[in-house]
Amino acid sequence: MPVIKIENLGKKYLIRHQTQANYNTLRDAITKHVKKTRKKAFTIYNDQAKHLLSPKEEFWAVKDINLEIEQGDRIGIIGKNGAGKSTLLKLLTMITNPTTGRISINGKVASLLEVGTGFHPELTGRENIFLNGTILGMRRAEIKKKFDDIVDFAEVEKFLDTPVKRYSSGMYVRLAFAVAAHLNSDILIVDEVLAVGDIQFQKKCLNKMKELRSDEKTVLLVSHNMSSILSLSNKCILLAEGKLIEKGVPQKVISVYTQSYRERSFGQTDLSSAEHYGNGKARFLSIFMKPYDQNGNLLSFPLTGCNIEFMLKIKAFLKIKSTNVALIIYDKLGNRLIDVNTLIKGDSLSLSEGQEVVVKFNLQNVLLKPDTYTVGLWIGIANVADIDGVNYATSFEIEARRKDILYTNPFPGVYSCAFNNEIQICK
Amino acid sequence: MDYESTNNISNKYDLVIEAGKSKSHYWKNIWRYHELFVFFAWRDILVRYKQTVFGISWSIVRPLLSMIVFSIIFGRIAKLPSDGIAYPVLVYAAMLPWTFFATSLMAISNSLIGNANLISKIYFPRIIIPTSTIIVSLVDFLISFVIYIILMIIYKVQISWHIVTLPLFLFLTILSVIGLGLLIAAMNVKYRDFKYIVPFIIQLGMYISPVGFSSNIIPEKWRLLYSINPMVGIIDGFRWALLGGHVKIYLPGLLISIILMVIFCITGIKYFRSTEQNFADVI
Repeated sequence: MPVIKIENLGKKYLIRHQTQANYNTLRDAITKHVKKTRKKAFTIYNDQAKHLLSPKEEFWAVKDINLEIEQGDRIGIIGKNGAGKSTLLKLLTMITNPTTGRISINGKVASLLEVGTGFHPELTGRENIFLNGTILGMRRAEIKKKFDDIVDFAEVEKFLDTPVKRYSSGMYVRLAFAVAAHLNSDILIVDEVLAVGDIQFQKKCLNKMKELRSDEKTVLLVSHNMSSILSLSNKCILLAEGKLIEKGVPQKVISVYTQSYRERSFGQTDLSSAEHYGNGKARFLSIFMKPYDQNGNLLSFPLTGCNIEFMLKIKAFLKIKSTNVALIIYDKLGNRLIDVNTLIKGDSLSLSEGQEVVVKFNLQNVLLKPDTYTVGLWIGIANVADIDGVNYATSFEIEARRKDILYTNPFPGVYSCAFNNEIQICK
Repeated sequence: MDYESTNNISNKYDLVIEAGKSKSHYWKNIWRYHELFVFFAWRDILVRYKQTVFGISWSIVRPLLSMIVFSIIFGRIAKLPSDGIAYPVLVYAAMLPWTFFATSLMAISNSLIGNANLISKIYFPRIIIPTSTIIVSLVDFLISFVIYIILMIIYKVQISWHIVTLPLFLFLTILSVIGLGLLIAAMNVKYRDFKYIVPFIIQLGMYISPVGFSSNIIPEKWRLLYSINPMVGIIDGFRWALLGGHVKIYLPGLLISIILMVIFCITGIKYFRSTEQNFADVI
């Protein structure tokens, strides 16, 4: 029997629109206001009289959701902003009521929709642990038992007796998550709370979430971080505009999701509207990107280890001499990963006024891990002059090469090194 | 879509949330959260006195000061009759329930709005928030009561058996606060006017209710109408319980107050229950 059964679930909101009107006279403005107030006062007595007020539009935040969740499932919920993910969680945790449909739940539910709910700035860390724990549904005896674990996890032992308003934001978040991490329930519902704190802390949170895998706990996790979804969930659902449009294995659902909004990673990108810097004697007009496999076949999107050909069209508005053209690939945090430029090969570019040229960079065996990368361009004379630079020319996503890797869960990291491995038993 | 009947489902599942129906097991559910109730009260009490120098003494100073002021104005200057009891004692006996009523009504009205962040992120029976604020005022009441005992000793007031009924009158006060409070708190969520209306009513109420004077000065023909103010019955009751046979109680008035309070309480709870499901959407 499923632990959660969702049937025909829907949630409708009414959005009020303001009817604009031009007030010609103060008298008009006042009479209009008085009329509105009178109508509003009437609605306190008669809720149905609401229709007298300005027109409203129906907005279905969640519509026709049908889903069955078994015990032990870890469901990842993904979708664009505004797809209805948080509303679905709110419906499941009884914070708001459904307009249509039914939810049936078997087991105790603990929810974590926001970190630090109920924390009161005037109370000390110790007091807030108890307060927050109780708010999240833990019994007092349980909190006492886990108190030391919580303090250890949060690493705030020194500051337990100072009011929380004095904590740094990192400490605050660590403490809040520490309490939540020790929740004990059959069903845990989490909404994008893992994306807080420094890297060390994020690792801790992720490990803690992974521990849940061994218990018979059911977890529902909303996240925008595809790698956490991949490593933490065994099933995934995709929401769009309030409807459930895909459910299944995480890899499949994630690829459906990314297909729907991914920027075309090959094809022409016109750079005339991009942000340029430099003296402008020459300019990048466009960038064209094509991924190929090792045999020279054109791919539909770049894979780890493929070849990528970049074609940069440059136009010189004034004469330029002995310039260097560079193409830089950044990860999504802005770190420089790859820098290829003509100077490395001993070439330099000189153009006369009005000339257009296409500079081709053929990157071989690009061993980047599956992720999103951005491309920056630069032309100039090193340490002397920037002629044109575009920090963000285009971006592309590298997909995992499915066939020759057995375990496709991406491990963190940037470089995908080719390797052999061998195991030798010593005794 | 064909669902199995809800009754069937309730037997198999712990919890069923269905559109248009109130949640199953409402009152049993509230008991499950009784620890949260205690924690909210504890939190409010703690926060009240954090970073204050005088701390708890505020609960003592406030009623004492009001008593002094009223005794001077109504007792000495206006020379209103006090049925043979020391004026300060008369006033203080009324200050006890009145302060409790006023502070808890103020706190309850704003309790939901003040905890808006909790309401929109966590589930618990919303009725816990307004009701837990009463505890703080109750603590204040107990402290003021200790002061009253001291006053009684100073003014040599005799106690009679009436004092046994004191808890009953306290209970009535709590009922009226809950009734009115829940009603106002729920309405305040949607119509924020109550934030301004409530303090105003309380200010007026302090002079209309027989706090600074005895209700015996109200002429007989207006007495029944006067008793529509629930605090009239309660204050009279407190005075009757605390001051022995000196104060006669006006029974019709008391009865009206009780009936009104019960009506308010039931209405308040009903209104609250019907609107609480929408708090998270509207707050």
